[in-house]
Amino acid sequence: MERVEVLKTYKVYIGGKFPRTESGRYYIPENGKGEPLGNICSCSRKDVRNAVVAARKAQGGWAGRAAFNRGQVMYRIAEMLEDRKAQFIDEISFQGASKKKAEDEVNTAIDRLIYYAGWCDKYTQVLGSVNPVASSHFNFSVHEATGVVGVFADESTSLIGLVSMIAPVIAGGNTCVVIASESLPLSAITFAEVLATSDVPGGVINILTGSMTEMSKPLSTHMDVNAIAYSGKDVDVLRDLEENSVLNLKRVRSYSKDWLKSGSQDLYMISDFQEVKTTWHPIENIGGANSTY
Amino acid sequence: MNNKNGFEIPDFTRSPAVDKVGVEERVSRFQKRSIKNESKMQGLRMALNMIDLTTLEGKDTPGKVRQMCYKAQHLHDVYSGLPTVAAVCVYPSMVKIAKQEVKGSGVKVASVSTAFPSGQAPLDVKIMDTKFAVDQGADEIDMVISRGRFLSADYNFVFDEIATIKEVCGKARLKVILETGELVTLDNVRRASDIAMYAGADFIKTSTGKIQPAATMQVTYTMLEAIRDFMNATGKQIGMKPAGGISNSKLALHNLVMVNETLGSKWLTNEWFRFGASSLANDVLMQIMKAETGVYQSSDYFAID
Amino acid sequence: MAAKKTINQGVEWNYSPALESTSHVKLKSKYDLYIDGKWVKPQSKKYFKTINPANEDVLAEVAHANEKDVDLAVKAARKAYRNVWSKMAPSERAKYIYRIARLMQERARELAVIESLDAGKVIRESRDVDVPLACNHFFYYAGWADKLEYAFPNRKVEALGVAGQIIPWNFPLLMAAWKIAPALAAGNTVVLKPAETTPLTALKLAEIIHDAGLPSGVVNIVTGYGDTGASIVNHPDVDKIAFTGSTGVGKIIQKAIAGTHKKSTLELGGKSANIIMDDAPIDQAVEGIVNGIFFNQGHVCCAGSRLFVQEGVAEKVIEKLKHRMDSLIVGDPLDKNTDIGAINSKDQLDIINGYVKIGNAEGAEMYQPKCKLPKSGFYCPPTLFMDVAQSSRLVQEEIFGPVLTIQTFRTVDEVLQKANNTPFGLAAGIWTDKGSRIFNLTTKLRAGVIWANTYNKFDPTSPFGGYKESGFGREGGLQGLGAYLKMN
Repeated sequence: MERVEVLKTYKVYIGGKFPRTESGRYYIPENGKGEPLGNICSCSRKDVRNAVVAARKAQGGWAGRAAFNRGQVMYRIAEMLEDRKAQFIDEISFQGASKKKAEDEVNTAIDRLIYYAGWCDKYTQVLGSVNPVASSHFNFSVHEATGVVGVFADESTSLIGLVSMIAPVIAGGNTCVVIASESLPLSAITFAEVLATSDVPGGVINILTGSMTEMSKPLSTHMDVNAIAYSGKDVDVLRDLEENSVLNLKRVRSYSKDWLKSGSQDLYMISDFQEVKTTWHPIENIGGANSTY
Repeated sequence: MNNKNGFEIPDFTRSPAVDKVGVEERVSRFQKRSIKNESKMQGLRMALNMIDLTTLEGKDTPGKVRQMCYKAQHLHDVYSGLPTVAAVCVYPSMVKIAKQEVKGSGVKVASVSTAFPSGQAPLDVKIMDTKFAVDQGADEIDMVISRGRFLSADYNFVFDEIATIKEVCGKARLKVILETGELVTLDNVRRASDIAMYAGADFIKTSTGKIQPAATMQVTYTMLEAIRDFMNATGKQIGMKPAGGISNSKLALHNLVMVNETLGSKWLTNEWFRFGASSLANDVLMQIMKAETGVYQSSDYFAID
Repeated sequence: MAAKKTINQGVEWNYSPALESTSHVKLKSKYDLYIDGKWVKPQSKKYFKTINPANEDVLAEVAHANEKDVDLAVKAARKAYRNVWSKMAPSERAKYIYRIARLMQERARELAVIESLDAGKVIRESRDVDVPLACNHFFYYAGWADKLEYAFPNRKVEALGVAGQIIPWNFPLLMAAWKIAPALAAGNTVVLKPAETTPLTALKLAEIIHDAGLPSGVVNIVTGYGDTGASIVNHPDVDKIAFTGSTGVGKIIQKAIAGTHKKSTLELGGKSANIIMDDAPIDQAVEGIVNGIFFNQGHVCCAGSRLFVQEGVAEKVIEKLKHRMDSLIVGDPLDKNTDIGAINSKDQLDIINGYVKIGNAEGAEMYQPKCKLPKSGFYCPPTLFMDVAQSSRLVQEEIFGPVLTIQTFRTVDEVLQKANNTPFGLAAGIWTDKGSRIFNLTTKLRAGVIWANTYNKFDPTSPFGGYKESGFGREGGLQGLGAYLKMN
């Protein structure tokens, strides 16, 4: 007798857990051949709300970790992704890409994570400054995480767009709520499983699936979200995101890049989600040659 | 611990912290006050009346002291109505002469003591030094603290020494010289001020005039704040005497602004504020004459004594 | 004590007026718009009056630019960008900016006096803070013009094009410098609108820029009200909007440019915490409180308007603060001894007084020194409200005047929570003698500028700007250049 295959239920990833959507709804995206990809959670604004709460809760702790440690955690994600490479290639192929392209995408995603893992304890050195003010003060500027970032991942790729947006955001100490590609959602959820088995603290990355149109408003108007990252070319979507973001002056960054290219990664994607903090302190000038007081 | 004045003696290791850059900023605000017209004349006359005209040299002679005492009472006789200085300040050996010279004028005689300027003598010697000056008729005693002991954190020693000298002073008012140029930091200046006041100082004074830097405004300001805190804590008013380096009118006026805004007009009298200076008087006189005559003055027209 | 019984009583010593002379100031009775290197009459044909808030005298009439005027200015800026400024060698661009800095220094006294006349700010500050900092800003950014490739590693940078800049009335000349200097250094051309109550120093700067021989159209100054600003924001040929002002208007601007690809930097409101720990250098902290809230009549976006004092020293700090406030002189901005000048406008005075009323209605304990206020003009004495709750409107909202609220706290955690408990994030102050505590607090305070054991310090090399609803982007320093560059 033929064995009955156990089918995977795709859930979402919030606060380090895998709940199903609050809404109880699902949708069934299909690949190019008309095959259903699965019953995918169709998240609602309540899932957005829960995810933002989880992201906010995790943010202070994540940003407060040693930069070196964040780098290690990100490296661990890459390791786990490498370990499950075959599964990702299968899923991406199933969603419509050629085997070679799928392999290329997964390899690039792994390398991208390592690229940003390496930046964790370096970007403040490159971007920071000691400012030679004219008064008797020591003055320096450092970059700090903006906070909670709402990420609208690339619609046209399943994994690489998602990873390319998440990595610089979390490398800089932010936490995020990610809306995965609506039509190609499988890798996003499997990636969440990778996250759950690496050392990423729950809530640092939260991944939702479903209708971008439905979730964009609650996420981009949310008063506890500090920035929005949008990957795509739809000017109407972008305008809506920008308008919604005015409510609490979210920083909105948009990208229309080919994420498979190596040029799509750089330091400035980290600084896009950073605030510059400048600190002053008096310098007492006593003693030493020719000093007076 | 309570002393005989009835107020609690604080732990001097916990004197308030002082941030030097902040002090400099505060001081620069005083320096930006623009003192003009009547307020300038008032300030200049006050300054004259607050001077402790000083000669503290190994080569001092009765003749030199007599001349200085005359000047103290006759600052610039061609212009009438000028006040006298507050006091003359001399070594103990000159107290008697000075006392005779200023008799009846209201000018006080201050004597340095306690092995001035270094203070490097045993307590017995310091007591005798002080007692001699008092017996000779000194109205005020300017003692020095033991800076070496202070810098090695022997605050009790410093405190006790001051308290002892205070007893020897009797009716003479005690000015305690911190020699801030040797204390180096403003935190030390603050702590030494607290020790001196709680030990019984009537005045605290910056410097001997023998060490640089002397009475910078930063130091004086730090001491004025200590005086204010002491007044608030104990209700006792303490005088202030910056000494050394205040050689011109502008600096004197800035000091007065600082006293006015830190402690208030209660201190704007030579009972509570003094300048230890020798060349200041003539510069103030030149400024006064400039204001009177409208023309810039030459030092050739002002006697040096 | 002294032997003598007849203690001399100290005498009151009040400073005679020391008025800065206005004789060297040259003001025209009527100012047109500075567009394309020429003074042109407004298409609107309208002018408005700018007054001295210290005595309500009219200083000059100033053109009110409308949409057509702004369009002319933007066209001039575009033409100058395309034909001249973008083609000029960066080192030559630098020399023009240096020249502006030098000419400003030469006319520093005049600029300071005009600033005090038009804005009501005290001459001590306009002379010692506003004008020198404005000059230094041009100096600093001039040097960047031919070094841009060093600023952002691994990036090729180029100018954005035409920058539309809208500045507030609290630091009129300084804000113009903060906006114009980096824009020019980065290779942009500029259309700048000063605030309607304080247009004069920007117009003086236009004269200086003209004297500097800057190519026509590189800098255009258009005066007017909010509608003029809106015309700049909405103009399709403006590549970048730089705005300093209220969070309310910042949001309107951001909404207006949504979906347009215009870049923006916003320096908006604040409600900054100034935190005094019990081991702080108390007297310097008190001075820091005074500088934090009474500098420029409290018309400072980063003013330390929320004071937090640790309970152990609260009584002492408040006592000392009151004493210090008693020595503040409120009055004629042109008197060199004045500490607190005139409130910038009647409208602003009404707003401030409204908050004072709210504070009294809420039952907060108020302290104001007994100072005599001038009879005409707009004045507000320095004001403290003690024992206010975090939920009080006085604590929540930006007052933009010399009004300070005081809250006490017990622990570091408590004060951090309360300090960060605001939609704003512009600045914060922290006073303690303990180094490790400073770093703990400075790291955890969510604000763009943190002053430790000091307050309200500014420098051209030091980036300035906020977190959260205090805006985004930085002005000053290397970071300030990024806002005016396209990075490829």
